[in-house]
Amino acid sequence: MFQVLDFYKTANGKKVVMAITGLIGFGFVLIHMLGNLQVFVGQEKLDDYAKLLKSSMPILWGARLTLIGAVVLHVVASWQLAGQSEDARPVPYQKKLQKRKSTFASHSMRWTGPLLLMFIIYHLLHFTIGWKTLNLPFIEGAVYSNVVNGFKLWPVAAFYILCMLALSQHLYHGIWSLFQTLGVNHPRYNGLIRAVAALGTAVVVIGNISIPVAILAGYIK
Amino acid sequence: MNLVLHVWRQKNAQDKGKMVRYDAKGVSPDMSFLEMLDVVNEELIAKGEDPIAFDHDCREGICGMCGVVINGLAHGGHVGTTTCQLHMRHFSDGDEIYIEPWRAKAFPVIKDLVVDRGAFDRIIQAGGYISVATGNAPDGNAIPVPKPSSDLAMDAAACIGCGACVAACPNGAAALFTSAKISHLGLLPQGQAERFRRVVDMVQQMDTEGFGNCTNHRECEAACPKQISTDFIARMNRDYIRGSLSRRPDKVGGGDG
Ligand code: HEM
Ligand code: FES
Repeated sequence: MFQVLDFYKTANGKKVVMAITGLIGFGFVLIHMLGNLQVFVGQEKLDDYAKLLKSSMPILWGARLTLIGAVVLHVVASWQLAGQSEDARPVPYQKKLQKRKSTFASHSMRWTGPLLLMFIIYHLLHFTIGWKTLNLPFIEGAVYSNVVNGFKLWPVAAFYILCMLALSQHLYHGIWSLFQTLGVNHPRYNGLIRAVAALGTAVVVIGNISIPVAILAGYIK
Repeated sequence: MNLVLHVWRQKNAQDKGKMVRYDAKGVSPDMSFLEMLDVVNEELIAKGEDPIAFDHDCREGICGMCGVVINGLAHGGHVGTTTCQLHMRHFSDGDEIYIEPWRAKAFPVIKDLVVDRGAFDRIIQAGGYISVATGNAPDGNAIPVPKPSSDLAMDAAACIGCGACVAACPNGAAALFTSAKISHLGLLPQGQAERFRRVVDMVQQMDTEGFGNCTNHRECEAACPKQISTDFIARMNRDYIRGSLSRRPDKVGGGDG
């Protein structure tokens, strides 16, 4: 009997899980970024938006559990896949393999991924949970002031910007790669898929980085 | 020209192996890479030393036997070129050349530069058979094959199973090879009957053999002496998803065959 577990057992099956959970992640970071841009409109707009998101507990927790589930599956599958590939070449080349078509982005997936995991945890502790030990300005529900006061501290802003640069590499390779994994490939559309990966990455990353930059520059107070 | 070679020497599968330095003197630019190794071996034999073992057969780029990694590039890294077709004119006097076998757990070294590529055979075997009638040769046009399908199938069938895709892959994955084998049958009418069973079985075998998994670096496509496209990997992934979703339980019983 060929079942879900047989599917997941193969590397190809795990990759499909990576692709679908990665796509969920991409969808999330895109919408999250667009929502956050309301910080440019003003305090009231952003705080109202935050209230709106929290107005329905079932929807809020449904979304949270979906996202957490996606991250867990994504991380576990990536861990297993990376382990399998590590084992596949026990004796290394004496002269390193030269790179021809692979990119910085494709090679850095193995560390931009873990960096993003650290970032996700830190980000939740900072803005969602308001963990005291971090000693960052946090008032429950006062999203606008939390963001502005948080990013006024340059090390915090710098870490966010660094993580967004890592995200740019992860997304640029990941978005293209997920189409390949899901078998969406046709000479007519391959150029378009590359363009979607580049544009999607640029929009998310530039949008996100604009916020700490605007705050550091004093444009948002 | 005179060259310095660093060659992987390993007595047998159990030996640890190491790089050994050799001087290749008076190499002609018209020699092929394998002829250059032949000349080095002549000297080694004359000195009573064990010649460097390397695989080869056709020496015209069709059998897929001769793969070695040269300076970190499978088959030496020239477009559409196997090691046997690589000419010494691509090197210059005084060059140092590192020559290593394919490195993969699934391709154990037998001796020096010779690896066992039996894993590829077992992936093909896992695909099983295609249902064609035996007997008299079929009429040429009995089965219509659309031209675009036959062209694509031929592109995939160009695979000579040399293993350069695995050797060049940072993950040691066999996705390009397996996808080429899956596609050249899967694109033709004769391959339809078992198409979705075949893809699932071959993909499973790929893991069983201990290959890594594809993260779409596309180094295989750059290394492939037959320039097979990674588009076939997407085709394999697509068929694998369809094959997994539509798989029916195997029936065991009389007459099920
Ligand atoms: C912001 C959150 C994240 C997003 C949007 C995201 C997105 C993606 C996407 C779209 C892919 C491509 C999947 C494919 O090739 O089919 C991918 C691959 C990958 N992700 Fe993530 N990811 C995120 C977080 C993480 C985390 C936290 C880790 C690990 C700790 C991770 C590790 C990896 C690795 C190693 C790959 C390469 C796997 C492969 O190509 O086979 N990612 N990611
Ligand atoms: S010896 Fe046959 S392909 Fe090189």
